[in-house]
Formats: sequence, structure tokens, C-alpha cells
Amino acid sequence: MVLGTPLAQAEAPTPTAPANDMDALIARLMGPGPITLEKVALDLPATADNAALVRMPIVVDHPMEPNNFIQMVALFADNNTPDPLVAQFELTPEMGKAAVEFRARLAASSKVRVIARSNTGKLYGLIKEVQVATGGCAG
Amino acid sequence: MAEELGNPKIRTPKDPVKKGELVEIRSLIKHPMQTGLRRDKVTDALIPAHFIESVVVEYGGKPVLKATWSTAVAKDPYLAFFIKAEATGPLKMTWKDNKGQVFEASAVITVA
Repeated sequence: MVLGTPLAQAEAPTPTAPANDMDALIARLMGPGPITLEKVALDLPATADNAALVRMPIVVDHPMEPNNFIQMVALFADNNTPDPLVAQFELTPEMGKAAVEFRARLAASSKVRVIARSNTGKLYGLIKEVQVATGGCAG
Repeated sequence: MAEELGNPKIRTPKDPVKKGELVEIRSLIKHPMQTGLRRDKVTDALIPAHFIESVVVEYGGKPVLKATWSTAVAKDPYLAFFIKAEATGPLKMTWKDNKGQVFEASAVITVA
């Protein structure tokens, strides 16, 4: 089963996006540079009961001050083909806290990645494995 | 089959908040979020993609959060986030889908 349509703003992704293409996709959308696997939290069960409705509460433990804030957060599901990018958020210091929550569909069991970029270009990330019984495209 | 569309809702604190307080905002909108890859069960024809592709949040007339979504965001999208209350003002949200439909809702954050 396949799921996802390319975002209007994004360039068309390659027809298939295996895990080893994820680095290129992330670099294109979030900017280049090393990703530090810290500061990002995503409270996600190891097994999603309903793949059509998976809560994605993202919290980045980082100040939200005018000169030091999280500017962008994106969530990817590797096995959502053809487009692993699920959602991208542009944040501002006015939020006071770098946190967003939404609900996603997962086409299959997959790695879920959250990448956050600070206004100075530093990248933080988190990778979690989520199992689903059946894909979320039937919902 | 016609599906209910829109009817956006924003939940802000009912009571006044303190200046500088972090306020959680929750929102919900009715939308099928069609992937464009599913088939009609009767005709077997592909159902065209129909999904919300952007959400903009403004507080006191200033953009504070923008979301760009794919079809992998779940049906009837929910979005929650925080705002640092600085002054009494409107919290306005605008959802836009790939067919050009625009949905708006606003609420007020009251700072005591």
C-alpha cells in the first residue's frame, strides 16, 4: 500500500525512498549538517493500535527566545511511500515552547524521524520504530 | 458521498491568563484528507487527492506558526501547540486545502 502525495512546496521526491535516501531528503528540507540525537521527544507507543490515527506529540527541549529558538520541525515516516515527509512546521519565539501535536497515518511499520532546526542552523533529531498491524491507508 | 468539510474549532483557555504564561491551543477541522491513492469501492476509480496542505496561526495579527502537511496527516486534522500570552488578542487560524478551499476560525486569548 502506498500513501502520501508530495507537498506542493517540496520538489518531487524520488519514486521510492528507501531508508538510505532519508539523509538526502532531510538535508534538502532541513539544511545540511550533522544531526545531534538529543533534545527532541516524541511520546509514541512501540505498536500503534490504529495506523490511520497515530498521535504525534513533538516536544523539543530548547529555548524559544528571539535569538535562540527552534525554527523548523519536520516529521518523516520512512515507509510512507512515495513521500516520507508527513508534516513540516515553521515555529517562532512567540510560541514560548517548541511543541506541536498532530495525528498521522502510517502506511506500514516504519521508522519515524523528527528533525528540528534552530534559527542558527543546528539540527537535532530522534528516530523511533513504530509497528502497525495494518497500514493506515484504508481509513 | 458528500463528507462534512470545515467546521474548524479552536480551543483557548476560557479564563484570563497571566502575561508570559504558556497557553495550550487545540484545534480541529473536518476534512477527508484523501490521499489520491485510494479507489472508490463501487467504481474502482481513483479518488482524487483532497487534503489540507497548509495551516497558518496568527496571534495579535502576527504569524506565529505555519504547518505544511502531506496526505499522511490523519483525517479530520487535529493540531495543538503553545502560545506565550503577551497581550489580549485574537488567535486566528487559516487552513487551506489543495483545491483552494480556505477555512478560518478565531478565538481570543485574554491576558489579565
